[in-house]
Amino acid sequence: MDESSKLGMNRTGAQMAPINTRSMREAADRIGAEPARGETMGAAAVRGAYVAESGTVGSVPVPGTVTGMVKTGMQKLMGRAPEAFVDKLGERLAYERTGVRLYEALMAKCQALQGTDNALPLDELRVHRDDEARHFKLLERCIEQLGADPTAQTPCADVIATSSLGVLQVVSDPRTTIPQALNAMLTAELTDTAGWELLIKLAREHGQDDMAQEFERALQQERHHASEVQRWLEVQVLEPA
Amino acid sequence: MILNLFEPGGTPLDQQRFTWKDLVREPISKLDDDAFTRVRVILMNGIEQEALRFSHMMSRQSPPALRQALAEVRRVEHFQATMINWLIGPDHSPLETTIGYEQVAIEVTAAIAQKEPDPYVAQVLRFGLLEDFDHMYRYSALLDRLEGKDANNILQGYTDIVPGRPTVDEHRSPEDDLRDPYRKDADPLTKLHSITITAGEAQTQNYYLNIGPLFADPVARQLYAEIAAIEEQHVTQYGSLVNPTESWLEQWVLHEANEVYTYASCVQTETNPRIKQIWQRFLDYELGHLAVAQHWFKEIERRDPAEILPTVLPSTIDFSSQREFVRKVLREEVDLRASGTQFVPREQEPPRSREYRRQLNSQGSPSNAVAAGYRWAAGTELAREPELATIE
Repeated sequence: MDESSKLGMNRTGAQMAPINTRSMREAADRIGAEPARGETMGAAAVRGAYVAESGTVGSVPVPGTVTGMVKTGMQKLMGRAPEAFVDKLGERLAYERTGVRLYEALMAKCQALQGTDNALPLDELRVHRDDEARHFKLLERCIEQLGADPTAQTPCADVIATSSLGVLQVVSDPRTTIPQALNAMLTAELTDTAGWELLIKLAREHGQDDMAQEFERALQQERHHASEVQRWLEVQVLEPA
Repeated sequence: MILNLFEPGGTPLDQQRFTWKDLVREPISKLDDDAFTRVRVILMNGIEQEALRFSHMMSRQSPPALRQALAEVRRVEHFQATMINWLIGPDHSPLETTIGYEQVAIEVTAAIAQKEPDPYVAQVLRFGLLEDFDHMYRYSALLDRLEGKDANNILQGYTDIVPGRPTVDEHRSPEDDLRDPYRKDADPLTKLHSITITAGEAQTQNYYLNIGPLFADPVARQLYAEIAAIEEQHVTQYGSLVNPTESWLEQWVLHEANEVYTYASCVQTETNPRIKQIWQRFLDYELGHLAVAQHWFKEIERRDPAEILPTVLPSTIDFSSQREFVRKVLREEVDLRASGTQFVPREQEPPRSREYRRQLNSQGSPSNAVAAGYRWAAGTELAREPELATIE
């Protein structure tokens, strides 16, 4: 059984302090009968104003080399602005690189639990980790091929890093169980799969059919990762140890 | 920029006002703004935090009329701190912001060390510099190996990522962290440098103490615990430079003068016009604060501020890469250690500090664990890894 699902002294619910919470409810209804001033939509209006006034998190960098300039310029001549493609390539590169570290964190957790029922096959995790590293290298090559800088953090790379911080926090926490970590990894892998699907379409749109073919292979591997992670998770949650 | 510190000027205190909307502005861009814009933002947040800390302490020792003046100025300083610190965008992970903090520690310490007129104080600055320099290396390894990110996305090529004085060796007995205070008649620039560097190190200590527990990874939690301890040592070191015979009012005047000095440095060098406008506004505010502090200095102590301040500002802080200077200090001084208030070759370090760190490191060293074998590469250390064979 998933070891996170044990009974214990969890104090968070109202039912754990029935007298106090009843008193609080009465206070909210009586003393707080007149809630805070302000319009219900006030916060939304503030947020809307900031959205309207704000710029973006940043830009896609201009190529740092002369050959890069030339290549990018040629793409533009063909009527296709490469920025969105470079941005998404940068996103996937950052994601795969973080993916390597996520699998390393998961492997460290599993290593410590070797011999228990919850341990995952380390050799298979290693394959996933190496796949992510290989995808990172592939993207590095592709970005260079377009004359762009694979070491730059593009806007989409920046934003996806913010969204994956939660996954990292779950997997690197020594208190989380393997199923809890797998659940977070599933979020990462499903997002990754969708990311590759989109990237393949973008590559084709930019006439990069060779790249698209390589990305197809990466996508197959990522689909395999996602289904493996999902299977491991189901085994751990559904089948009692 | 020529600013006369004794002429009335600046924004009068009663016209220094804010609204929530004014305070909470669009942050700087992590990707597009120059790294030195972030350096200035972090430094000036530290300067304002110091203003608040100092003012609260002084207030406890002050009569009611002075307490009111301090409270009025302090309220504005609080809002200045708010507006400045809120300029750091939320797409900076706490660890990325940490890289920014260490860049401040390295570049600002190196810049002022070169302008410091007192050779002993300059030596103290160089000593601290090499320790923060090593922190940059350790945190960069953590950022790479935990989040899969390249610290140079933050540093933008201005600051090297290599080992300095090893963090594991920086832990010293408290008596080896105290320094000799500057003389009562020290050059004003020495006094301003001491306040600036103490402010920077204290905000770093606070920042690490606050964000350390946000990390789930135990190595990260240990590393923040370890480096926060060095920042405590640095605050001890730099704080002890201040001459203990300076009165509270004298120190208040110096603090306000330092804020004028640091904001003026920011105005001179800022490349983002939106941020430059903030520095200019706050420079005018600080001239107003300095006038208030000088008024009370004259009123209560019956002393002339010209005793302690220069008429015009000394040359401003050079916010630019100090790479060559840092490399030179690293080559020549990495093996220095502290013995009481003096600096000695490694072999002469007192047994008390060796014993102190032997005990502290006896269950392992986080800074060594995180950076074992680490060599920075553009695009993270994974970019150095040989290509793995494809598995179909």
